[in-house]
Amino acid sequence: MSISPVAFYLFGGLAIAFALMVVLKKNPVSSAFSLVMVFFAFAGIYAILNAHLIAALQILVYAGAIMVLFVFVIMLLNADEPSFDMRRAHPAIRLISAVACFALLGFFVWAHKRSGAGGAPLGVFTKEAVVASGGNSKVISQLMFSKYILPFELTSILLLAAIVGAVAIAKRKLSDSK
Amino acid sequence: MTESATEILTIQPWVVQAFCAAIFFIGLTGVLIRRNILVILMCVELMLNAVNLSFVAYADQLQDLGGQMAVFFIITVAAAESAVGLGLVIAMFRTLRSVDTDEIRLLKE
Repeated sequence: MSISPVAFYLFGGLAIAFALMVVLKKNPVSSAFSLVMVFFAFAGIYAILNAHLIAALQILVYAGAIMVLFVFVIMLLNADEPSFDMRRAHPAIRLISAVACFALLGFFVWAHKRSGAGGAPLGVFTKEAVVASGGNSKVISQLMFSKYILPFELTSILLLAAIVGAVAIAKRKLSDSK
Repeated sequence: MTESATEILTIQPWVVQAFCAAIFFIGLTGVLIRRNILVILMCVELMLNAVNLSFVAYADQLQDLGGQMAVFFIITVAAAESAVGLGLVIAMFRTLRSVDTDEIRLLKE
C-alpha cells in the first residue's frame, strides 16, 4: 500500500486521541467537538487512500450536517439540567467492558493477520486507470449511475422514510399542545 | 538496511485495518460504559466511521471502487439514523426529563 506513513500516523494518532476523548470527556459538548476532530482526521486518511470524493463528503455530511444536528439537540435539551452530570456505569462494569473490547480488538487483529485477508483478485481500478479516466469523482459518479443505480434510487426512499419518521417521533403530540 | 527501512516505513494493509478495528472498539467501549444517550449515539457514529474507513482501505488495496460505493450508502444510512435517533432522544427527554439511559425503566409512560 503506497500511502505516506507520516500522514497516516499523524491523522491516525489524531483520530485515536480524539476518539478516546469522545468516550472519556464528561461533557457531551466536549464529546461532540472531539467527534468533529475525529471526522476531520478521517477525511485526511480518506484523502491519502485516494478516496477524494469521500473525503469531501465526510466533511460536508458528517462534520457539516450530522454534527450540527447533534450540537443543536444538545442545545435544545438544555445542558444545565442535572441529568447532564454524566453518571457512568459501575467501575467494575466499566473495567470489564473496556478489557473485553480491547481483548476482542487484539483477537480481531491477530485473526486478520493470520487469515491473510485481502488475497482476493485485484480489480481494474488501479490508481493510473482512475486518473486516466478523469479522476476519483468522475469514476465514482459513472459507477453510481450505472452499476449501483438501484441502491442509489432506493436511498431516496430511505431518506423519505427517515424524514417522515423523525418528524413523527419528535413532534409534540396534538393533545399536549392544547 | 535501506530495504528494511522501506519495509518499516511502508504502511502494510493490516496496519490500516487494525487502526479501523481500534476506532471501532473505542466506539463500542463508549456504547457500553457511557450512560448519556447523546454520547452513545456519537459512539455509534464513531463505529460507522471505522467501518467506512475499512471499506475505503480495502477499495484501495484491491483496486475495486465497490468499497467506496458502499461508503456512500453507509453515509446515507448514518445520516438517516442520526436524524431518527436524535428525534427519539428528544421524545425521551420530553417524557423522562433526562438523557440518562438508566432512567428508562418502564415499557409505557
